[in-house]
Amino acid sequence: MTTPRADRGRNPDRSPLNWLLLLPIVIPLIPPLFNADEPRLFGIPMFYWLQLAFIILGVTSTTLVYRATRRSR
Amino acid sequence: MKTTEIVIFTLLFLVVSGMGFLAARWRRPGDLATLDEWGLGGRSFGSWITWFLIGGDLYTAYTFVAVPALIFGAGAMGFYAVPYTVVVYPMVMLVLVRLWSVSHVHNLVTPADFVRVRFGSPTLALLVAITGIVATMPYIALQLIGIEAVLKTMGLTGDLPLIIAFAILAAYTYQSGLRAPALIAFVKDSLIYLVILVAIIYIPAKLGGWGSIFDAAKAKFDATPNPGDGPLLNANNQLQYVTLAFGSALALFLYPHSVTGILASRNRNVIKRNMSALPAYSLLLGLIALLGYMAIAAGVKPIGKDSNTIVPQLFDNVFPDWFAGVAFAAVGIGALVPAAIMSIAAANLFSRNIYKEYIKRDATAAQEATVSKIASLVVKIGAVLCILLIEPQFSIDLQLIGGVIILQTLPSVGLGLYTRWFHRGGLIAGWAAGMAAGMVLLYNIANPATNHAHFGGSAFPLSQLGFDTKITVYAGFLALIVNLVVAVLGTFVARALKSTDGPDGTRPEDYFADQGDPRVHELETTAPAA
Repeated sequence: MTTPRADRGRNPDRSPLNWLLLLPIVIPLIPPLFNADEPRLFGIPMFYWLQLAFIILGVTSTTLVYRATRRSR
Repeated sequence: MKTTEIVIFTLLFLVVSGMGFLAARWRRPGDLATLDEWGLGGRSFGSWITWFLIGGDLYTAYTFVAVPALIFGAGAMGFYAVPYTVVVYPMVMLVLVRLWSVSHVHNLVTPADFVRVRFGSPTLALLVAITGIVATMPYIALQLIGIEAVLKTMGLTGDLPLIIAFAILAAYTYQSGLRAPALIAFVKDSLIYLVILVAIIYIPAKLGGWGSIFDAAKAKFDATPNPGDGPLLNANNQLQYVTLAFGSALALFLYPHSVTGILASRNRNVIKRNMSALPAYSLLLGLIALLGYMAIAAGVKPIGKDSNTIVPQLFDNVFPDWFAGVAFAAVGIGALVPAAIMSIAAANLFSRNIYKEYIKRDATAAQEATVSKIASLVVKIGAVLCILLIEPQFSIDLQLIGGVIILQTLPSVGLGLYTRWFHRGGLIAGWAAGMAAGMVLLYNIANPATNHAHFGGSAFPLSQLGFDTKITVYAGFLALIVNLVVAVLGTFVARALKSTDGPDGTRPEDYFADQGDPRVHELETTAPAA
């Protein structure tokens, strides 16, 4: 049964940087931030270019978390 | 008939099929007759292969055809695919490494395997397995719609080309297992990246720049009577946009074929790295979505009423014949990779969680692999029959339902990775309630545009619940809330009644094990790949 055991070593995924992951989860889900036509970028309305730009936010935070918690081998 | 296009399409298709058969020898497996080898490619894929494999798996040909078709028809709403695929990776990053670890320590192949070990309940595992199979089947059928759209544009009608394409796919998947789509994914994705890079530079230049493309789209939507379409969201569909993106993101890695891609990777670092590399595909998808607007500006008309032909028609109109052939091959091959992985995943669910659990308990690893191989053929034949015998629209409806029902495995699979608090009885009750709620909600969604009184889409109008509003919300999201509430209440009830709970076969440290860890190796049944 589920007798609690002492955890061998600590959680290798734990890092204060993990909180960064919340940014690319929350921000793309707030339409008032991007639901507008102006300003346009190369003729593309903000609705489209800004949401594409959120990809950079996602890549940055996942990269930082990966670097902070990767297991060196 | 368009000879140049057909010749190029056929050539590329044949090259890829050859690769599919040769893949059995790729990375020299000692013995293909186990699920670890046939179904998970030896559990040995590094960062690059995993990137191509999962990218090719999640961003399917159907997506590439259907998302621009949605933008073409409805505008901004179709762009939900972008926030969906941005949100998903940071959300699942830390979850998937736990799944990887526990699966390697306990030699698990499917999400239902995990549920079996974690909650000690064959019934719950069976429900998860059936949900996975039912949700995956129509998804495979949809890949055929992707190929069909391309074939139609090239002037090839009739069912024979489609049947031949799928027969070849079935044959090399049977022979090579997961190695086939992994190898083909390199070609598929390189072609797609090439085509889209050319498209987003060449087509806007031809159409007078991005500004005029979006102005043409706005003019089109302004002229329609439908209040829900337009190049921006309105007050009533913002909640639908957000819940659909969020709900789809929650569902994505519950699909068995996504789990297959994750478990095939070599270690935890590979998965974490891919969470920051896979968004490259989201960028690609976002750009592909914009092809829908280019099609409006270019005055493209779909073939018949099939809006899925928008992208092939656009390519056919603006590209020279030879390059259109390359683009069509990209979409066609693009359908093969996910179709192969999905059929492998569904087959593994059958052999592990139905055959081995209920039919032949003492099945050997080789028997398990044989059953999986045969099941993968059955699944593909089923998908072809779905498309040929039943109206394609039915598969689209089924896939919509698939997304809603796969979400109902979230409490046992997703939350189960973090907590053992739920009682198996509560989870079963929650699953049943979520499924029922999902069906009722979907049944009550009408879509006058496609002449559907029921199952007309995923946007559930809150007015049906008695709210005085025009706001809509994603049906799967509501069903998941019902599921969670019932699972929590059911757990309290089960505890109060002192109902016995299943044993938990996992230990806390199992969720952190990594390659090189003695626990990972001692329990592996096969020799690690060279």
